[in-house]
Amino acid sequence: MTTDPIPAQPIDFDPVESPRDNYLNVNYRIKSWLLTVDHKRIAILYLLGITFFFVIGGIFALMIRLELLTPRGDLLKADTYNKMFTMHGIVMVFFFLIPSIPAVIGNFIVPMMVGARDLAFPRLNLASWYIYILGGVFTMIAMVSGGVDTGWTFYTPYSSVYSNTHVALTAIGIFVTGFSSILTGLNFIVTIHKMRAPGLTWFRMPLFLWSIYATSLIMVLGTPVVAIAIVLVGLERLFNIGVFNPALGGDPILFQHLFWFYSHPAVYIMVLPSMGVVSEIIATFTRRRIFGYKIVALSSLAIALIGFFVWGHHMFVSGQSLYAGMIFSFLSFFVAIPSAIKVFNWTATLYKGSILLATPMYYAMGFIGLFTMGGLTGLFLASLGMDVHVTDTYFIVAHFHYIMVGGAIMGYLGGIHYWWPKITGRMYAEVPAKIAAFLIFIGFNLTFFPQFLVGYLGMPRRYHEYPPEFQVYNVMSTAGASILAVGYVIPLVYLLWSLKYGRRATANPWGATTLEWQTPSPPPTENFLEPPVVTHEAYDFSALSPEVLAGHFPGSASKA
Amino acid sequence: MPEITANTALPGSPPIPPAHEHPRGLAHQFDDLRQQKEAATLGMWTFLATEVMFFGGVMLAYAVYRGKYAEAFAIGSRLEVWWIGFINTGVLLCSSLTMAIAVYNANRGLGSKTARYLVMTVLLGIVFMGIKGYEYAHIYNEHLLPGNSFDQPSPDATAGQIADFEHKFPDSLRNGGRIFFSFYFIMTGIHATHMIVGIPIILLIAWKAKKGTYTTRYYDPVENIGLYWHFVDIVWIFLYPLLYLIDLSSHTGMH
Repeated sequence: MTTDPIPAQPIDFDPVESPRDNYLNVNYRIKSWLLTVDHKRIAILYLLGITFFFVIGGIFALMIRLELLTPRGDLLKADTYNKMFTMHGIVMVFFFLIPSIPAVIGNFIVPMMVGARDLAFPRLNLASWYIYILGGVFTMIAMVSGGVDTGWTFYTPYSSVYSNTHVALTAIGIFVTGFSSILTGLNFIVTIHKMRAPGLTWFRMPLFLWSIYATSLIMVLGTPVVAIAIVLVGLERLFNIGVFNPALGGDPILFQHLFWFYSHPAVYIMVLPSMGVVSEIIATFTRRRIFGYKIVALSSLAIALIGFFVWGHHMFVSGQSLYAGMIFSFLSFFVAIPSAIKVFNWTATLYKGSILLATPMYYAMGFIGLFTMGGLTGLFLASLGMDVHVTDTYFIVAHFHYIMVGGAIMGYLGGIHYWWPKITGRMYAEVPAKIAAFLIFIGFNLTFFPQFLVGYLGMPRRYHEYPPEFQVYNVMSTAGASILAVGYVIPLVYLLWSLKYGRRATANPWGATTLEWQTPSPPPTENFLEPPVVTHEAYDFSALSPEVLAGHFPGSASKA
Repeated sequence: MPEITANTALPGSPPIPPAHEHPRGLAHQFDDLRQQKEAATLGMWTFLATEVMFFGGVMLAYAVYRGKYAEAFAIGSRLEVWWIGFINTGVLLCSSLTMAIAVYNANRGLGSKTARYLVMTVLLGIVFMGIKGYEYAHIYNEHLLPGNSFDQPSPDATAGQIADFEHKFPDSLRNGGRIFFSFYFIMTGIHATHMIVGIPIILLIAWKAKKGTYTTRYYDPVENIGLYWHFVDIVWIFLYPLLYLIDLSSHTGMH
């Protein structure tokens, strides 16, 4: 199977000779961006959108950490604090994490990885961006006109009857944004099924495609359930229909079931794409096929499937039956197996690989470590007795931040660095990138590790005050958050800098094997100069020509 | 390389090397009409899977309360006008038939005939919603609109009207009854919303069919709107027994 070597460089591409021939410079008018149907440009639009919401969500986080620096509630009033953590959660979950990798990196990379000219439904893709922005506008209006204080979980009957904040407006924003997620997932599913290049069989697909496919299944099947739950909350608020209101015979626990049926799998919407990114990075920077490729691919589907049956572990103390609790506990242990398979296989891939510690690899290694901690503490929480002890404490906060920040955002940043040369045609500066990655890792652990301890000691979440004996942990946490903030700002600077001053990237600066690297950086609008044909297994480095393999050091674009 | 526009979906200058003829209706991202048709069909089925989960969520909630308030739900379903639901089921099934005939004609390349049956489908859909509106008005007049004044005399009623008011539910079952009618309005309301979304799209496709946009090889939009319409129909097939036929055996007669 591994006969024809892949050519070192696509021919007849010279950035100096023919400047107007990639997707970025075909047209500079603003209209050509806002009405584009090119998946690569839509990815850039999403990048701008989610970066905006990341900054907003980060500011809310900053306010929370500043308030918690001292035990007294001296910066924010209790009500304001409630709004801060609610809006931090809503913005980060629905407007940053869920769209982050799928809508930005997935949008850009999936069609190229399958060897297609675009996604199956380009106009639908643009529509999903506008829907996302529309949902964001609703939510932002709710926030500037006074905010919302229910917690991002909108538990009834507080959200449906008692809260006097802008619940309905925020709920509309989330409902609308959900459609963007559904349409993106639908587009990926159809593209991966129907648009693969000749020769790209299912088990030749790069692992990023497998994880995006699994993610899309969750988006398509989970999102509508939270949509109907939000509709019911909205109707309850507006018309007092009684569905979730115990005073009118309704059952507030039913809301929790409907909510977590989506919102637990939503965690996998956030982390599965990161796992895909990490698989790509590790294969490329160890020059090895991912150990146990097939089982890693299938474990993505297993996570998507089992992830739909564990939601009850969020409700161990809600009054659901003990037997339901035991089954959900068992299934929650069960879902850890495919995740562990991935971690073990990544580690096995590193063994005797020729490892290059470039920045994306920093993030990939960081991901493995932090995700492992997040996953193992998840097993603590899947145990009924332990969970009852730490429910609604900072232990929970620490656990899910290890998954959602330590896992998802590390993967996102790793992916942004890894594909930055492809997206922009420029290399980022390696030294500040490594410093930033290091700061993020240190800052993250300093922020959230103390929260495990203070949570175990009993500090409850969602209060703006706490007993003075917990202060030392909170000071560490706030200090870590400051480092983390610096770590997040640095990439913003050097990535923007690289757009003008970065070294020009070759088609395949890392010596990677997947299809998106077999076309110029940045790619032309139609992605490939010639329709690609796949003749190799995934990650078959023996097929790469020696020049490509040799020229993989960052910034060595002119060496080969 | 020639200068290309950003919007390569526009017919005219696709930057793709023309390895094949460019048939009518083929979008730039697909290689041929067959691939496009498969993609469109899979896309619609995936969308319908989403819809199944959407209606599935509300039906799950319905099931929970049907178990909890079985008696109130039975009373509630007896307060519905069962023959209205029956007629509407017939109307909707007929609209599915005309839709199927439209798709059949599109497959044979008969544009005007396709358009005619699509318009008939729309007319039947409008009849369905007219009947539905009549039933909504009936339920409203019976004071069964969920909310604070459910099964209560209206707030501006005279003392005599309040004294004469006949409660449909005994006090102990009123909460369950309110929840039944909440589900009645939510489920039929979401269903009607799907029809309201579908009707202008069908009309647009009918207009295009009339114009001769579709060929025997390219009529994906007709087929996909057909799938959508049949799905809306099937949802009603579930709603009718869930809302109208809970306790028909003890039905005391027509309204």
